[in-house]
Amino acid sequence: MNIIKKISKFIWNFFSFAFTGIFKIIGKILAFFLKPVFAPKNARSKARTGVVFTLVLAILALFYTAPEIFNKTADKLNSKKSNLANSEKLIFKSRGFDQWLLNWRFPYFYTKSFILGLDLRGGTHLTYLADLSNVNSQDYPSAMDGVKDVIERRVNIYGVSEPLVQTSKVGGEYRVIVDLADVKDTEQAIQMIGETPLLEFKEEKSQEEIDKEKLSAQGGSASGGEIGNQKSDAQLDDSEKKDVAEVNATDESGNPINVNVESSVDLFKNTGLSGEQLERADVIFDPNTYTPQVSLEFDDEGRNLFAEITRRNIGKRVAIYLDGILISAPVVNNAILDGKAVIQGQFTANEAKQLAQRLNEGALPVPVKLIGQQNIGATLGDASLNKSLKAGLAGFLVVIAFMLFYYRLPGLLADFALIVYILISMAIFKLIPITLTMPGIAGFILSIGMAVNANVLIFERIKEELQDGRMSLETCIEEGFSLAWPSIRDGNISTLISCAILYTFASSSIKGFALTLIVGILASIFSSIIITKLFIRYSLLSKWTEWTGKHKWMWKCGIK
Amino acid sequence: MDVEMRNKINYFMQIIKHQKFYLIISGIAVAASFLALLIWGLNRGIDFTGGSSEEFRFEQARPSNSEIFEVLKDLNPGNLSVNTAGEKGIILKFKDTDESKHQEVIKKLKDKYAGIGEVNFESIGPIIGKELARKSISALILVIAAIVLYIAWSFRKVSEPVASWKYGVAAIIALIHDISIVAGVFAVLGKFYGVEIGVPFIAALLTVLGYSVNDTIVVFDRTRENLARVSGKYEDIVNRSINEIFVRSINTSVTTFLALTAVFIFGGETTKYFMLALMIGVFVGTYSSIFVASPIVVIWEKLANKK
Repeated sequence: MNIIKKISKFIWNFFSFAFTGIFKIIGKILAFFLKPVFAPKNARSKARTGVVFTLVLAILALFYTAPEIFNKTADKLNSKKSNLANSEKLIFKSRGFDQWLLNWRFPYFYTKSFILGLDLRGGTHLTYLADLSNVNSQDYPSAMDGVKDVIERRVNIYGVSEPLVQTSKVGGEYRVIVDLADVKDTEQAIQMIGETPLLEFKEEKSQEEIDKEKLSAQGGSASGGEIGNQKSDAQLDDSEKKDVAEVNATDESGNPINVNVESSVDLFKNTGLSGEQLERADVIFDPNTYTPQVSLEFDDEGRNLFAEITRRNIGKRVAIYLDGILISAPVVNNAILDGKAVIQGQFTANEAKQLAQRLNEGALPVPVKLIGQQNIGATLGDASLNKSLKAGLAGFLVVIAFMLFYYRLPGLLADFALIVYILISMAIFKLIPITLTMPGIAGFILSIGMAVNANVLIFERIKEELQDGRMSLETCIEEGFSLAWPSIRDGNISTLISCAILYTFASSSIKGFALTLIVGILASIFSSIIITKLFIRYSLLSKWTEWTGKHKWMWKCGIK
Repeated sequence: MDVEMRNKINYFMQIIKHQKFYLIISGIAVAASFLALLIWGLNRGIDFTGGSSEEFRFEQARPSNSEIFEVLKDLNPGNLSVNTAGEKGIILKFKDTDESKHQEVIKKLKDKYAGIGEVNFESIGPIIGKELARKSISALILVIAAIVLYIAWSFRKVSEPVASWKYGVAAIIALIHDISIVAGVFAVLGKFYGVEIGVPFIAALLTVLGYSVNDTIVVFDRTRENLARVSGKYEDIVNRSINEIFVRSINTSVTTFLALTAVFIFGGETTKYFMLALMIGVFVGTYSSIFVASPIVVIWEKLANKK
């Protein structure tokens, strides 16, 4: 064992050395080229660079968070530019300046919207419990995948925008969680989802049956193709066209035919053979041609039924319907007595696998039971969002006022840092992205209140150092920052621990609270220490603020 | 100003001297909270008991609670309760979580009253309910354990004259003090105002735990620093530490408290009590860091030395 440890340690060291080494080399190269251009020459320009960098960061965050601001300006500029290009007074018109102007436009900033939780958008949150009692344990994951796929398909048919279907395992239970936004009729949605996947086998109707139905349906002459003839395509009537599925089928010599078949029941009728009788579906490969195929195996009842059906329909097609949609309609070659069948066709291995999975879905009736439900009306969602934003604004203003009133100049600087902090946080929320819920926004506002905590600690510390009276202003400030850091770090870590544990156990809306608080605390540590420091340093060094920054009385503020 | 003068000026707060007084106040508050919890218990909402909760809004006149109760009585949805919400709304609570029952209730009300709309519906099956209760308790225990470990680790180098783990225990006692008072307040609110607790309440408790320890650590940090720098009696050093960080502690809590108040006033109904729990927690947490946690270590040290 020892030698293994040694070797792995060696490998680890080697890689970390190489890794850091590469970064060092890259850094040196970059520095060599960029230093003449960017490196500040003295403390003042260093400070200025810091502030400029922060401003750029803040503006980028602002545009990322609210691209509308940028885009509105771009629009205005674009229209001004077009006006200019079309006006009479434009110079260089003869040289085609106006054409050049018209050819480009100010670009838009990258737009992305915030992701809002259900309690802000309105919608439904459903929790289903999957009944896996009839399933072998090794089939659990694929069964859950099957259920998820089926439910997703159903929800998409329903036409909900951005549905979210997830599986989750809690304790020993497997669950499906469905989030539907803006659904008006949740009752119907629940009903649709509650039905288990249905697999049906159907046989062709005879020509008379079809003609009869078509006549009664449209009152015109039947214009169907030669159904029952192996090689014909089915004609589609526009009035009867519904979901059309292209189906792979073979004729008796094994050549594939593309058949356009209506997925409605007009061409096929039920046989009584369904997923209930299907034991298993598997992907197999033809021993001669190595093409992928799907093999089916029925139980006893299914075997008998299938023998009947195939005997009746030699030369005709038997259609396989899943959830009412035709997925395959192979032609029957012989009567099949052993309850086994093979679906041949031009499958890729993936298609065969998917088909087998879907058939197994139909064959594994996994009942799902609704165990939890939350409906939020859309108007309630909007109202909640507005209120949250108002509350955020109020909280922000209050905190700013307090810092300004109590700490004056450094308070002002801390307020600027706070604004940068808010912009950066919101940009992070958009970037990751984090789903915003009501508790989430409340958590963000809480973190605004806590963001200035670190600043308070630092400023109080600076005040103390100043009262000692021994050191210059600059040194006191630096000392204050470094001495306050352990308290800041320890205090915030404990809150982070709480939030991390909260995140693991809570429901999705409270998860949002924990996440926004964590992001908020981390970002606030960055902003309240680094950004405030940059602002303070600059205020001490810059020519413009010297007259305010250098006076110690500005710093010995506070009511005591 | 030199150090001596500063000492003389700053010590107008003799907290440790009066520590018994503060501890008694805290003790009474905690005892009252425990009493409230024992007698009335916490008003557990459907998050923990399972069941359904539905909110309706009436466009026109809102019928009385008893009238609605009569209308729905035949459906027998189990433990039906009807409460008002705002000016035009009612909140129904019942035990059944069947979707079909939910639809029956809606249908019956819609048939009887024109202009009624469902605002909100929530149903938690008993499985999830029990599970949430279980998870909440384990989360609380986990957080407390994690905090003890963290404090013990961060104070590992400060062993004289009080062992580092004792700081951790003192912080935990302060935390339990905080949580009990918040829970006690909500027991009273639950009894007299029908305020229910759910997962948000537990989230608030956990956040208060984290935040209160934040504050307590600030105090202990300063104590640790002064122990290294200054010599003197332990209780004097602790008192001095408290004085020095008093303003800082108050200010940090004030900003947080103000932010929370803003959300409490302007935020929506759903987070109102969540915010209230946080506000009480932050306030009590600050109080406990100064007036509870430090006296505990001082007394402990005294007791340990007497031996």
